[in-house]
Amino acid sequence: MNAAGEQIVQASGVRMGYGDVQVLNGVDFTVASGEVSCVIGPSGSGKSTFLRCINGLEPVLGGSLRVLGEEVGHTLRGDRYHPWTPKEFAAFRRNIGMVFQRFNLFAHHSALENVACGPVHVLGTPADRARTLAMEHLDRVGLADHAHKRPHQLSGGQQQRVAIARALAMNPALMLFDEPTSALDPELVDEVLEVMKGLAVEGMTMVVVTHEIAFAREVGDWLTFFADGVVVERGRPRELLANPGHQRTRAFLSSVLDPKEREESR
Amino acid sequence: MRTEPITDASGRPIPVARTWHWGRWLAAAVALAVAARLAYLMVGNPNLDWGKVAEYLFHERILSGVWVTIEISVLATVLGLVLGVLVAIMRLAHNPVLSGLATFYIWFFRGTPVLVQLIFWYNLAFLFPELVLKIPFTMIGVKWDTNLVMTGFTSAMLGLGLNLAAYFAETVRAGIQAVDHGQTEAAYALGMTPAKRMRVIVLPQALRIIIPPTGNEFISMLKTTSLVYVVAGHDLMTNASQIYKANNLIMELLIVASLWYMLMTAVATFLQGRLERRFGSEAVRLVRGGGLAARILPKVTA
Repeated sequence: MNAAGEQIVQASGVRMGYGDVQVLNGVDFTVASGEVSCVIGPSGSGKSTFLRCINGLEPVLGGSLRVLGEEVGHTLRGDRYHPWTPKEFAAFRRNIGMVFQRFNLFAHHSALENVACGPVHVLGTPADRARTLAMEHLDRVGLADHAHKRPHQLSGGQQQRVAIARALAMNPALMLFDEPTSALDPELVDEVLEVMKGLAVEGMTMVVVTHEIAFAREVGDWLTFFADGVVVERGRPRELLANPGHQRTRAFLSSVLDPKEREESR
Repeated sequence: MRTEPITDASGRPIPVARTWHWGRWLAAAVALAVAARLAYLMVGNPNLDWGKVAEYLFHERILSGVWVTIEISVLATVLGLVLGVLVAIMRLAHNPVLSGLATFYIWFFRGTPVLVQLIFWYNLAFLFPELVLKIPFTMIGVKWDTNLVMTGFTSAMLGLGLNLAAYFAETVRAGIQAVDHGQTEAAYALGMTPAKRMRVIVLPQALRIIIPPTGNEFISMLKTTSLVYVVAGHDLMTNASQIYKANNLIMELLIVASLWYMLMTAVATFLQGRLERRFGSEAVRLVRGGGLAARILPKVTA
């Protein structure tokens, strides 16, 4: 665990794009240890891309992105930043858990093997020990009874909980959630959010890209609104949802919140 | 086809008329006539000695030829499969040099006839009378006489294996590319290196696409080995041809060889069917249970 208040993610002016298309136009963003930072914004606003930059799945092309004390993708040696080798990327990602919108469980492994996979193949944990630990992680997300099922035998909500357990098995210092409930049937959303709430309560540092405004309000320490590849505004969730400072934020919130929720926000 | 009578409005059962498949009867009659004529021409042919066919069917040299054919087929297929996986991975590598080399390899070996390749390996001694393997700038190394190394057998294995690898690499590439990219991202997010991701996550899942065609490749290989007779590899075709060159029973020995090829193909087809049932329809679930895959895969991928 990190000392409270220590900066885990520090982004300043992060830029990223494909060819002529700019996806991120200078993102400023910070997350301190133990904080839950929720990110909202219209699709195509760059929020998922930014999340994927944090663990180096997408390359940062401009600005500076420091995560867990390292400039993502480069190491300063002498008077130059040297690009990371695949090995250095791999070593960096060990400390960062990621949960995907489409779960991405390993299709040829059981739930238990999915969770044990990281420790066994990345950390070199002995198989027996890894399976015992994996069982504990599955138990924690309420899926000990389903340990030997394949991903296709599990519901979406169960798959996503296995995916969270798989990420936690690596003992990460930071957890990234990329729209973890967007691919789920509505009745399965809560079981995943409950697990995430539990993590937040235990003090896990989390960055959550989501459309679940209620979750952001209740669990988030900070709420960031993305649009057009930049951070439009950032604030305490309740304040930002009740009094958005920008027209774009207001327009977005009125499109995603139903009237009852809007009432609650005030 | 319905045989039960249909009850009409007044409750009377009325039988259903029989369908006459005139097309089938006609086709059967034509086929039978042609087959009978061919059989008569072959069996009753005074120029074809069926007694000799029976005599040579289990001739010692024919049997040893069958064995060599199986050996070359198996070894060349194994060489082709292993090398094919390697070439496919190189082909997909980000390293432009590796990828370019693999593309060149595939182009070269698919672009030249396998017959030419066989003759080339067999005659390698014309280019390099000695094969030398040594550490540069030292005297440490080994040296062979090319003619002793490049026998009919080894040049057959090399030629057929290297050629298969080029074709098989494309199959493997298709299998690897069919695995959802999300699997790769999840593997990277866990902290796997590209090599580990390939070995632990992607290849095991690509196998369900890669494995079924291997049966086909092997069956095809069984018969392609007959080309080996140009380099005198002592396979079935070589031995059969050497016998008929001596006794002039060309047709009889071609029939003997064909019967053996058909038997080998039948056995291989049976095995292929089982392989496909295990891997093809089972799709991604291939490692479940205590099956063959479950026993082999952990060893391969551990």
